[in-house]
Amino acid sequence: MANASEILQPEALSNEMLPRLYTVNKLYKDTHDTFTMELVPADGGPSMSFLPGQFNMLYVFGVGEVPISISGDPDRAIPLVHTLREVGSVTSALRTLKAGDTVGVRGPYGTAWPVDQAVGHDLVLLAGGIGLAPLRPVLYSILFRRRKYGKVVLLFGTRSPGDILYKKELQKWRSRFDLDIHITVDRAIRPWRGNVGVVTSLIPRASFDPMHTTAMICGPEIMMRFSIMELTKRGVPEDHIWVSMERNMKCGCGFCGHCQCGPLFVCKDGPVFVYPRIKDLMNKYEI
Amino acid sequence: MQDLGPYLKEHPFLSGMTDSHIDLLVGCASNVKFDIGDFVSREGQPAKQFYFVRHGKLAVELQTHDRGPMMIQTIGEGDVLGWSWLFPPYVWHFDVKTVELTRAIAMDGECLRNKCEEDHELGYEIMKRFSHVMVNRLSATRLQLLDIYGKRK
Repeated sequence: MANASEILQPEALSNEMLPRLYTVNKLYKDTHDTFTMELVPADGGPSMSFLPGQFNMLYVFGVGEVPISISGDPDRAIPLVHTLREVGSVTSALRTLKAGDTVGVRGPYGTAWPVDQAVGHDLVLLAGGIGLAPLRPVLYSILFRRRKYGKVVLLFGTRSPGDILYKKELQKWRSRFDLDIHITVDRAIRPWRGNVGVVTSLIPRASFDPMHTTAMICGPEIMMRFSIMELTKRGVPEDHIWVSMERNMKCGCGFCGHCQCGPLFVCKDGPVFVYPRIKDLMNKYEI
Repeated sequence: MQDLGPYLKEHPFLSGMTDSHIDLLVGCASNVKFDIGDFVSREGQPAKQFYFVRHGKLAVELQTHDRGPMMIQTIGEGDVLGWSWLFPPYVWHFDVKTVELTRAIAMDGECLRNKCEEDHELGYEIMKRFSHVMVNRLSATRLQLLDIYGKRK
């Protein structure tokens, strides 16, 4: 019987439903329930290129598949980086993988953050919890072309100081003069000396020119709704606001309909949407 | 004596307030500084003042018997601290501790209440602005209560 690597011939890779084999290069814990996986193509060939905001379907053989945003640098295809939160059987299985183990990867899928469209604008990135992971490629991309943008502000809210993702990287970025980073947590105990409060409370204090700002938001939907309210209060036009939606994605390429949200397939038409396109759907109780 | 009018005028809470109302407020204002670790208020103590924060950071804390002091909010530059001075019995509901060196304008609560009683237009302006702060804090508290970053079961 042929093994998996023999079955996946290059021509078959063009089939969107077939996973390509990747080897776990590194897997490390970020917080108590999040971890980052670095993957390399098992066949030693080139890795996929992707745009900030896109996601992959990660397949643990015998367990199942999950859609996970790519959280690495779009200008460095290898390794392919994903940050995950352990929430179900597949992510728990992924958590137990070791260096050298193999996973199936399909993708990249979905729409991207408007990094090119935002050139010349101030940028406000609003992340809630694990929502920082899909926005990290935006930061890499912007920092690589820093002069093309105005002010760059990252507002990050999470549950507690122990839940802060990418601590070392955030610390490094905070020391830059061309990046304004504000972090807040919902609750804390001493000796925490940072902000306590919801992420939306950071918006009125942040320095940016609302009319010439592109905002990108990723986090729980409630957090995104309230963030949009604060941004529009500050005068950011709705069509300058982009959100990343999360739905139950299965096929990743618009065949199955699991992630359908009104007339849209989140996997194919999204996950990144300009706000006016998704506005009515975000405010509906039932679709 | 330092004229605090210009500082009050530039504080976001008082944005758009008329000069005559600012002049009235100046009469109840004083400049204060708190070092790191100072307690600005203690739960249950009389709330004689409130503060327009100019620089620094303060933590609003609640004592818990099993987990010690929990920080539930931080207040910073441009924020207003305290509304317990507005309503009887005029006592603080929370502890407030300085996290960073903080400079603020302290407002004498009783002085301002008296001025608001005498000048209802001023009273309305003050109440309108405090209502706005309270609504924002209520919304924020509701979001915090939802624990939106917690695991869904």
